[in-house]
Amino acid sequence: MKLIKAFWTKLKSPSKAALGIVLFMGFAGGLMFWGAFNMGMEATNTEEFCSGCHAPIVAEIQETIHYSNRSGVRAICSDCHVPHEWTDKIVRKVQASKELVFHFMGTIDTPEKFQERRAHLAEREWARLKANDSLECRNCHQFEYMDFSEQGSRSAKLHSTALANGEKTCVDCHKGIAHKLPDMHGVEGWQ
Amino acid sequence: MKKPSLFILAAVLSTAAWAQQENLGDTGGLASLRGVTPLQDTRPADDLKKFPREQALESDYVYQPPLIPHNIRNYEVSLNANKCLSCHSWKNAKEMGATKISVTHYVNREDAVLADMSPRRYFCLQCHVPQANAKPLVKNDFQRVDSLRQQ
Ligand code: HEC
Ligand code: HEC
Ligand code: HEC
Ligand code: HEC
Repeated sequence: MKLIKAFWTKLKSPSKAALGIVLFMGFAGGLMFWGAFNMGMEATNTEEFCSGCHAPIVAEIQETIHYSNRSGVRAICSDCHVPHEWTDKIVRKVQASKELVFHFMGTIDTPEKFQERRAHLAEREWARLKANDSLECRNCHQFEYMDFSEQGSRSAKLHSTALANGEKTCVDCHKGIAHKLPDMHGVEGWQ
Repeated sequence: MKKPSLFILAAVLSTAAWAQQENLGDTGGLASLRGVTPLQDTRPADDLKKFPREQALESDYVYQPPLIPHNIRNYEVSLNANKCLSCHSWKNAKEMGATKISVTHYVNREDAVLADMSPRRYFCLQCHVPQANAKPLVKNDFQRVDSLRQQ
């Protein structure tokens, strides 16, 4: 009690050094908390982390444009599956914790079970991307900066119409851009 | 004086035999599709041929399955999904601005017309292929049929 009181008087007395120390302690503490928090976030964003449970998907993606291309720019799992907005990120992480439960229930731990459930999971991703107007795609591909004269004629035709007028969003036309597709019977725009 | 000459003779003979063995896979300087590389050598591979992103391709004979005039990187055609039909099916062609598949694709092998695409036509790439930017390796005198020849 006495100690705290002494510390308090010291704080109250206008000593520049003490104020500096307190400010520094607060700053350092905050920094450490921020760092540890972010490290956890970063660690769970790596491909190795996802491959622990999604090995077949991580293997599949290597043939696709977002894994290997002429410019060497990559999209990793978290670029498309975890929103970049900081708050959204936390919400998504909390939601993702339920995947742990499903993991121990073993909903996708054999190729057969995964095939069986894949359409359902894809459906959920499409719904999510449809609802946020393909936010994750647009984090990298910004419509305003698309040069139609540089695009193929098929691309330019549809981007300047259905995409430009907001009738459709990226995942409406680019399903399966990073993965093998599930059974597409009954999906709109497919067989 | 006798022994060294014998030794030299043996050396010459064995070298000749060895050289002959080395020659086993030689093409004798004859050029083939793989150039003049001897059979026992592995020549560096040619660069992969590129598929142009888009190109105009004419047909060469009547009933030719048209060539694919655009890139099809990573387009899935499997039991689960058919990316080609997501643009070329009758249902989607108009909206996507694509060519409709021909009516022949609705006929099965008993000549019955079906309500949907015939299963034997499902795997598009069995007949339709994109054309890589590759010159023919062998000279070819093929001429288009008259009706398709441009004036
Ligand atoms: C502990 C194992 C585990 C890890 C690690 C994991 N997942 Fe999952 N994930 C699952 C399971 C299990 C499901 C299936 C849930 C179900 O059956 O409903 C799933 C489903 C998904 C889905 C389908 C959509 C949805 O809403 O269910 C996506 C997308 C996904 N995971 C992405 C990722 C990404 C990206 C990572 C890496 C950052 C990752 N997962 C790491 C176990 C895991
Ligand atoms: C370019 C964006 C992109 C990248 C990168 C990406 N995904 Fe996906 N992912 C999607 C989309 C879009 C879907 C919805 C289904 C579809 O269209 O294939 C999806 C669906 C999924 C699903 C649901 C099941 C399925 O196959 O449809 C899982 C699980 C998944 N992704 C995991 C991953 C993992 C793990 C990685 C990293 C190796 C990854 N994704 C990388 C865009 C991406
Ligand atoms: C991390 C950034 C990033 C994200 C996120 C991303 N992409 Fe890409 N994408 C790229 C880059 C970079 C390329 C071009 C690579 C090249 O051609 O060199 C590309 C290429 C493409 C292409 C061209 C394919 C081809 O064969 O030419 C399409 C289509 C595409 N992306 C769609 C999507 C969709 C749909 C999403 C969202 C589900 C998405 N991308 C998310 C970075 C991204
Ligand atoms: C109305 C349908 C449609 C929508 C919506 C759409 N695209 Fe496309 N896109 C296409 C088609 C068709 C192509 C050309 C064929 C292909 O690559 O599959 C294409 C090609 C591309 C390419 C390659 C361009 C080129 O010619 O090199 C990129 C990159 C791309 N899209 C990104 C996107 C992104 C990002 C979005 C969302 C902001 C989007 N697209 C929305 C239909 C669409």
